[in-house]
Amino acid sequence: MNALATEPALRARTLAALREVRPPLAIVADDEGLKPFETDAFIAHRETPMLAVLPESEAQVREIVNACRRLGVPVVTRGSGTGISGGAIPRSDGVLLVMTKMNRILGIDAAARMAWVEPGVRNLRVSEAAAPSGLFYAPDPSSQSVCSIGGNVAENSGGVHCLKYGLTTHNLLAVRAIEADGDLLEAGSLALDAPGYDLMALICGSEGNLAVITRVAVRLLPLPEATQTLLAAFPSVRRAAEAVGEIIGAGIVPAALEMMDRVVIEACERFMAMGFPAGAEALLLAEVDGCTEEALGDAAGVRSILERCGATEVRMAADAAERERLWKSRKGAFTALANILPDFYTIDGTIPRRCLPDILDRVYELAAEYGLMVGNVFHAGDGNIHPCIFYDANKPGDLERAEELGGRILEACVEAGGTITGEHGVGIEKLRQMCVQFLPAEIEAFHAVKAAFDPDSILNPGKAVPTLRRCTEWRGMRVRAGEIPRPDIPRF
Amino acid sequence: MAETFLTELCERVRDAAAHGKALRIRGGGTKDFYGAAGRGGEILETTGGSGIVAYEPKELVLTVRAGTPLAEVERALAAERQMLPFEPPHFAPSPPAAAASAATIGGIVACGLSGPRRPYAGAVRDFVLGTRIVNGKGEALAFGGRVIKNVAGYDVSRLMAGALGTLGVITEISFKVLPRPPEEATLAFPLGQGEAIERANRWAGQPLPLSASAWEDGVLRVRLSGAPAAIAAARAKMGGEEDPGGPAYWTALREQRLAFFAGEAPLWRLALPQTAPPLFAGHAQLVEWGGGVRWIRGPADAFALRTEAERAGGHATLFRGGDKSVGVFHPLAPALMKIHRRLKAAFDPAGILNPGRMYDF
Repeated sequence: MNALATEPALRARTLAALREVRPPLAIVADDEGLKPFETDAFIAHRETPMLAVLPESEAQVREIVNACRRLGVPVVTRGSGTGISGGAIPRSDGVLLVMTKMNRILGIDAAARMAWVEPGVRNLRVSEAAAPSGLFYAPDPSSQSVCSIGGNVAENSGGVHCLKYGLTTHNLLAVRAIEADGDLLEAGSLALDAPGYDLMALICGSEGNLAVITRVAVRLLPLPEATQTLLAAFPSVRRAAEAVGEIIGAGIVPAALEMMDRVVIEACERFMAMGFPAGAEALLLAEVDGCTEEALGDAAGVRSILERCGATEVRMAADAAERERLWKSRKGAFTALANILPDFYTIDGTIPRRCLPDILDRVYELAAEYGLMVGNVFHAGDGNIHPCIFYDANKPGDLERAEELGGRILEACVEAGGTITGEHGVGIEKLRQMCVQFLPAEIEAFHAVKAAFDPDSILNPGKAVPTLRRCTEWRGMRVRAGEIPRPDIPRF
Repeated sequence: MAETFLTELCERVRDAAAHGKALRIRGGGTKDFYGAAGRGGEILETTGGSGIVAYEPKELVLTVRAGTPLAEVERALAAERQMLPFEPPHFAPSPPAAAASAATIGGIVACGLSGPRRPYAGAVRDFVLGTRIVNGKGEALAFGGRVIKNVAGYDVSRLMAGALGTLGVITEISFKVLPRPPEEATLAFPLGQGEAIERANRWAGQPLPLSASAWEDGVLRVRLSGAPAAIAAARAKMGGEEDPGGPAYWTALREQRLAFFAGEAPLWRLALPQTAPPLFAGHAQLVEWGGGVRWIRGPADAFALRTEAERAGGHATLFRGGDKSVGVFHPLAPALMKIHRRLKAAFDPAGILNPGRMYDF
């Protein structure tokens, strides 16, 4: 299709087709109205969509997809726009399908420990709604007060409690979605399995490439009876990493195991005066939960391991208020870091956990090579690292250097036997590193999966999986300098 | 050795694809009974690619070649007080003990079979972190990895769980494993089917250390797993009588060696929402997975069972025996079947891998 020549006419035709949708649909067509949709939370990349639509029902979604397919117009689906790999960045020749108005919790079945929700429902709302029944929805990405369930499914989002409770893919029963050809796809089941291939596994984490999610059945878990939180200071990252291995080796699976390095500790200290021992190189936050007896027993076990592994100080929360205070160092790290330098870029690699100390050494080495400061906050239990690269958006070339450094860190993760993304997704950000992690035949298999669902490549084309040609010819990503979109959203 | 096996496997598949010759993938043969009859073909043995590739107990990650006996995997894990949390069945024909069974780990993943712990810990697909496969073009591919969190590329490794080898020959799998609970206890409650289902669901909504449940012959059995103090506290809350035969019962249930499973009568597996009320009146039943699976023995009208299961939000599988011509697996909706066919064509364009073992492709 000759996009340039036909653009105004195509836009008019698309607008006319979308106006035919019944019941009538909220359509954003003016430049001013489209501005907020130019990007998600991926750093410094923007595009104005041709049009944006905000459906309120599955029937409207189907008509939108049908109309766009007939016209050959790409569809980019967007939830709350908190994704930080650029998966929901619009296309100038495409329609942006904004799911925020489909935000109803359709029903909670407490006896069956499940809820049907629309994709625009915010993550935290599910747990809030389930709490009176003594239940919760386990995946808790840092942006959980803002991010949507549909976006979580599209990204297979994680959070701080994955080691014990799993990712989004482990906490779903069923997904309803509109396929590229307009058919309604029902993957999964309210039973514990479904016949045929596990299509839900494919849809979860497909970054809007396979189908448009219109309804999700999430699994709810009983709220733990007791939670115990400990915070330990270590004289080295290596010691802290060893403690993580010892805890798990002892047969304890903590709900959370989070680590922060010196850069982050100092930022927290300056910002919140937590009073940690001077010279602490690593902080380890451990949380265990379950029935009272189990949580108490595990907490005692964790404490003695932390001490044996050389922690210089161990704090254990006596009550919920103290627990909040201990978590402040982890959850407040984002704000504390933003106080050092306003611009930073968050990386999302995963490595086998035993490689933690070495990968961090490599991160510091690379940071020195690029003359940029890096702080590390990470899900130590999962080996999921989130180095934050600080840069100055006003300094020409700084962002490009930060992005290049990020790419090198991800490549180091692959070398260590890990992956380029643990929970943030590939989007447009890590297309290049996909070529490092996967062989051409594997990339081809991904394209074949895409084609099985979306033969005309209408849904979010160009995201998540690089073209083979791009892998061969890569010359680096051109990125415009600018502000961090949505600076208010926690990124790790 | 493993490299040679893989190279030869790729060549064999390429050759079969070139000549349009069907291959019947086979590990230990313990699940030969499972799935649709298939359209035959030469047997492709997977046992040549065997052995644990990497096991880091402190990482909770195990990487193993697909032809490795399940028993060997279980021994290695037990030595570190860890386990495959989905408690897979061997289905070794008796009398040989499970320890000597021929079941392979690849067969378990391909069949997507999980045991009594599944509703409380997760299914086989939940613990697959990565798979290496040889697709129908004879290409060796790797998906997922050996780390717990990984969202690079579509989740093809999980797709292999339960695909019955129709999309690729699994050659290696990485699992997330878990510590073995320090103690287990089994409680028994004399209850009718409806009450048992209701009770199991009520308990599952509370923070109790449940790890299995089953109802048959008017008795609900529940297994608790965890720290001794946690089990004692749960027992105090739940009541019931301790069943000293618990461990043997759960093994016999997992391996389908209970009296309920004896004989040649067809065995149907009805997977339902756990809270579904008692259904399929008039059929001998064993309820597992907190109500999520109802096993039925004896001759049954496939259409009637499927209709009733579907109405309740579930599906029906002719698990063992019976007349396979009625279709072993639940028929798929056209929108789903269309995607299945296209996926099959993408991974196995010549249609040579276990053709007809799942549906008609």
